[in-house]
Amino acid sequence: MAYRGRVVLKAAVWVASLWPLGVLVRGWLADDLTANPIDYVTRTLGLTALVLLLTSLGMTPLRILFHWSWPIQLRRLLGLLAFFYICVHFSVWIGLDHFFAWKRMGQDVLKRPFITVGVLALALLIPLAITSTQGMIKRLGGARWRLLHRLVYVAGVLGVLHFLWLAKKGRTTPYYYAIVLGVLLAVRLWDWGRKRLASKALKHEPSPPLGERVAVRAETLASSDEARAE
Amino acid sequence: MLIKRDQDRKLRGEDIPASEITAERLYLDRRAFIAGAAALALAPSPVRAENHLAPLKAAKNPAFTLPDALTSYKNVTSYNNFYEFGTNKEDPERLQASLKTRPWTVKVEGQCAKPKTFDIEELLKFSLEERVYRLRCVEAWSMVIPWIGFPLRDLLKRVEPTGQAKYVEFTTLVNPDMFPGQKRGFFGFALDWPYTEGLRLDEAMHPLTLMTVGLYGQVLPNQNGAPFRVVIPWKYGFKSAKSLVKIRLTAEEPKTAWNKAAPSEYGFYSNVNPQVDHPRWSQATERRIPEVRRRETLMFNGYGDQVASMYTGMDLKKFY
Repeated sequence: MAYRGRVVLKAAVWVASLWPLGVLVRGWLADDLTANPIDYVTRTLGLTALVLLLTSLGMTPLRILFHWSWPIQLRRLLGLLAFFYICVHFSVWIGLDHFFAWKRMGQDVLKRPFITVGVLALALLIPLAITSTQGMIKRLGGARWRLLHRLVYVAGVLGVLHFLWLAKKGRTTPYYYAIVLGVLLAVRLWDWGRKRLASKALKHEPSPPLGERVAVRAETLASSDEARAE
Repeated sequence: MLIKRDQDRKLRGEDIPASEITAERLYLDRRAFIAGAAALALAPSPVRAENHLAPLKAAKNPAFTLPDALTSYKNVTSYNNFYEFGTNKEDPERLQASLKTRPWTVKVEGQCAKPKTFDIEELLKFSLEERVYRLRCVEAWSMVIPWIGFPLRDLLKRVEPTGQAKYVEFTTLVNPDMFPGQKRGFFGFALDWPYTEGLRLDEAMHPLTLMTVGLYGQVLPNQNGAPFRVVIPWKYGFKSAKSLVKIRLTAEEPKTAWNKAAPSEYGFYSNVNPQVDHPRWSQATERRIPEVRRRETLMFNGYGDQVASMYTGMDLKKFY
């Protein structure tokens, strides 16, 4: 994609992602955040984080399905913005909701499964945020970096579980998030299975050295594609 | 022994430090409040349709006042759990207009000598009084509301409960045209309608149990359970069923809506109890709307000295 198109796309992601935060800040200043502001702020931040995380998880499936390259260029930005919202969400929980009642919060993390998985998702995303720079990709090497960043799937599943388990009976919004996550993971799984079959077919070629060469070449191509996309 | 005494003090609410109690001059007296509400009504505000509600005269019962500051009318009427309208807290206020509260009748029946269907106008002629109660939601937030109503026992005495009557069951109106939240959604019904709740007969006859027709000097806004609801201040809010069409005296413990939906989370008794956690959160603290800092939750929501004796010998962890 042309440089200009890429800039516009990224600017649009920035604006759209920070919009909910702007609305919250405006509501805070106008004292117009429902009767239970802390609860409202916590929920809005968490929901935005989950939307961004699922959107970042949706970029690769878009490439798989439509062979577009532009979604990959937004993946890291979306992931980092999701991480940012999760951090603010967590800070509000600590500082405003529980006012640094560490013992009580610690008990909650251990006793309440929905909080446990939420904290776990945050913890998993920390190394990913740290290693999100170009320099880190080079330092770790493409293959190892990609392996590490598969943790984002785990974080996505934990994030949706967090939402499902905290919602009371009758609330259906979390189901839609679970469905979206399921579809995104299914596309990945389908693609993975397809590639595996293809590489197996290669390995069954009569001449093993050639087969190996082709497989290695395919792998190199795939990883360089990934690196270029970043 | 010391622990026992400590618990007793907690039951009576004596463990509340004086600093937690609002100074008398700080809480609005009713007259000042009504003057304030009138000023608000005159102000050109787009979201105050509630001000067109009919005023309701009721003497303030001095036995049921609180040192706590009242929760604002706006907050009381805009932050509601009322699944009949929708599962979001803003849904009831947003969608309340579809509920029509006239004509309205309430059947009082079951194990009683003189079952009777009361018209709402008849219910409004009971001896009404204003009482300020704390409301503690099971979701760990709370409000302080000036309700208008009369004790349920005044109503039950009229129908003469028989010796068979051991429980009371409350039933909310089912009408998906008036209550959009009762329509079937993509994932089924939000709850198994109708919404039913229940009390043991002694709880129902308790002087605190209030049949409610108004708040803040007006008839009940639709989103607060118009035209006729029950308010049980020492139990979590969901026990106080709204928009009632039937009150039934029964021999068996009635099935209750939230208990059917999630039995491990909501029991039949549902007394406010800071020592018994909801499976997904602690009940030790609560947020008084719209405060930011949490405060300690009181045993039986601070009504221990009036109601604790009804539960002597009961394991409140088991009968949550």
